[in-house]
Amino acid sequence: MSLRIVVTVKYVPDATGDRHFADDLTVDRDDVDGLLSELDEYAVEQALQISENSDDDVEVTVLTVGPEDAKDALRKALSMGADKAVHVEDDDLHGTDALGTSLVLAKAIEKAGYDLVISGMASTDGTMGVVPALLAERLGVPQVTLLSEVSVEDGTVRGRRDGDAASEQLEASLPAVVSVTDQSGEARYPSFKGIMAAKKKPVQAWDLSDLDLEAGQVGLEGAYTVVDSATERPARTAGTIVKDEGEGGKQLAEFLASQKFI
Amino acid sequence: MAEVLVYVDHVDGAVRKPTLELLTLARRIGEPVAVALGAGGADTAAVLGEHGAVKVLTHDASEYADYLVVPKVDALQAAVAEVSPAAVLVPSSAEGKEIAARLALRIGSGIITDAVDLEAGDAGPVATQSVFAASFTTKSRISKGTPVITVKPNSAAVEAAPAAGAVSELSVTFSAQATGTKVTGRTPRESTGRPELTEAAIVVSGGRGVNGSENFAIIEALADSLGAAVGASRAAVDAGWYPHTNQVGQTGKSVSPQLYIANGISGAIQHRAGMQTSKTIVAVNKDAEAPIFDLVDYGVVGDLFDVVPALTEEINARKG
Ligand SMILES: Cc1cc2nc3c(=O)[nH]c(=O)nc-3n(C[C@H](O)[C@H](O)[C@H](O)COP(=O)(O)OP(=O)(O)OC[C@H]3O[C@@H](n4cnc5c(N)ncnc54)[C@H](O)[C@@H]3O)c2cc1C
Ligand SMILES: Cc1cc2nc3c(=O)[nH]c(=O)nc-3n(C[C@H](O)[C@H](O)[C@H](O)COP(=O)(O)OP(=O)(O)OC[C@H]3O[C@@H](n4cnc5c(N)ncnc54)[C@H](O)[C@@H]3O)c2cc1C
Repeated sequence: MSLRIVVTVKYVPDATGDRHFADDLTVDRDDVDGLLSELDEYAVEQALQISENSDDDVEVTVLTVGPEDAKDALRKALSMGADKAVHVEDDDLHGTDALGTSLVLAKAIEKAGYDLVISGMASTDGTMGVVPALLAERLGVPQVTLLSEVSVEDGTVRGRRDGDAASEQLEASLPAVVSVTDQSGEARYPSFKGIMAAKKKPVQAWDLSDLDLEAGQVGLEGAYTVVDSATERPARTAGTIVKDEGEGGKQLAEFLASQKFI
Repeated sequence: MAEVLVYVDHVDGAVRKPTLELLTLARRIGEPVAVALGAGGADTAAVLGEHGAVKVLTHDASEYADYLVVPKVDALQAAVAEVSPAAVLVPSSAEGKEIAARLALRIGSGIITDAVDLEAGDAGPVATQSVFAASFTTKSRISKGTPVITVKPNSAAVEAAPAAGAVSELSVTFSAQATGTKVTGRTPRESTGRPELTEAAIVVSGGRGVNGSENFAIIEALADSLGAAVGASRAAVDAGWYPHTNQVGQTGKSVSPQLYIANGISGAIQHRAGMQTSKTIVAVNKDAEAPIFDLVDYGVVGDLFDVVPALTEEINARKG
């Protein structure tokens, strides 16, 4: 038996940098360093653990849709231990929305071949948290999403989803789309050996035509949403800061009373 | 006037506050028609009617509780077919976003998530989003299909606006995918008696500086003196001092209360992502250089073990 896992990983601007928008109101990717979205490291980690815990022959492919630099995200995932990578890159992808992204990812997942797709819970830039559900809808397979615990056995994926009202145990047959939260377990650091090995691992490059897609289906042109404006939030006016010299609690109560909170 | 579908988040007929906020926003763009699924759906009609729902479409089936997400998408799609709405509004919970996304794909529409405001525009509803950890505000709209928009809690004040709230049964045929993901077990969360974190008007949070689960009692005491919800930073959650369901931030809850009080929290970007839109921000931190002080309306540089109990005592005394 063999199990083919595709992990979707996004290349995003570093959240600790000064992120902003370009003139066309897409994310400015030139000014801030990019990296593998930290929440996708958890997806890679779970794929590797499923692989390590399985008697089957497991192949882990990492997949990204993004500009040239997005290779860095793939390299990071390969150095953690993934077997191979797919990079979908095309100038016409600039400005793609969530629906377009899920279309490209679904086509690439089908082309790569899969039994299980693992995604992060949300990207750290768009933070929509919708791509895994969209992939399940497009691929016509079960979504087993937002798991804080996941396991795969005999063609069945099981996991725990911690929601607001309840914690739920879920189960579905493969093929399926899974997404994992940052409660699923710390992601490993790439070892030196892993980093060296990653350099030799294959990175396949596909463009839109490889996926039988046309420019008009993606990018700004194909988007179903339009951003009309993006304005930087005005800096908060400097607040009052006091040092506690025994009266800090009282002073704070005074402030809260002045604002009618008490 | 055009109808606007509002997906109802309820627990056994008790409507959660974000849904009532959606009804307020929906009235800006049309006449709200609510969709209440599962057990107790019909019991929601009175409160939904009081808040502006002209119609309440209900449907109950065991599939809603026994399988994940898809049965609700099937029902919402049936409602869209019946009503031909001008827009579909869904609360921005984790599940709400997944339902909305799959619906948008099926009906050939775009999706906007986590809107913090909504207004009518010449080319359809205009949504305000707060992005990049609330450092930018964007205005967006959907250019193809019926706008599907998810809205964050606390994005509008709940307003009463009595309407008919006439209940009618929705006819739903479940898709082949509906039973794909089975819910094999469910452990309901125990109620603490405190307000819901995302809906609370005041949130009192503790971070690594609280230094131990037993010390969270002083954070809870302050919260209780203000009728507030309790939040925690990821550092406090990861240390096992407080449940993950109370985590505030990028991978926890995003809150937007009238007042946020951060105690022993440094203010990392991922924490700020979940609380930066709070109206008034207060922090207690012993480090005058902590980044959280860049955000505050009022800050106390001091030891939380001195300041927080003194504050609680003062509040309780004033309440007399
Ligand atoms: C600030 C901002 C706001 C946006 N708002 C909207 C909006 O309202 N509507 C809209 O349609 N689009 C929006 N977009 C665009 C949208 O974020 C991207 O098109 C996108 O890649 C999908 O959404 P996400 O990044 O939020 O992914 P999420 O749904 O949060 O991502 C979940 C998981 O999907 C996978 N994934 C997502 N993108 C990729 C990728 N490119 N390559 C590989 N794996 C991936 C990852 O595993 C990730 O962890 C916005 C983008 C930004 C930066
Ligand atoms: C992908 C990703 C997602 C994340 N998501 C989240 C999230 O959702 N929420 C979140 O909170 N974090 C999140 N984080 C973690 C975040 O980066 C920070 O590590 C975390 O917020 C730090 O928590 P803290 O402020 O409690 O701890 P610290 O940064 O250690 O700060 C503790 C503060 O307490 C102060 N202090 C100590 N003792 C006292 C005392 N006695 N009295 C007063 N002050 C005292 C210190 O001066 C310090 O400022 C995420 C990180 C990543 C990478």
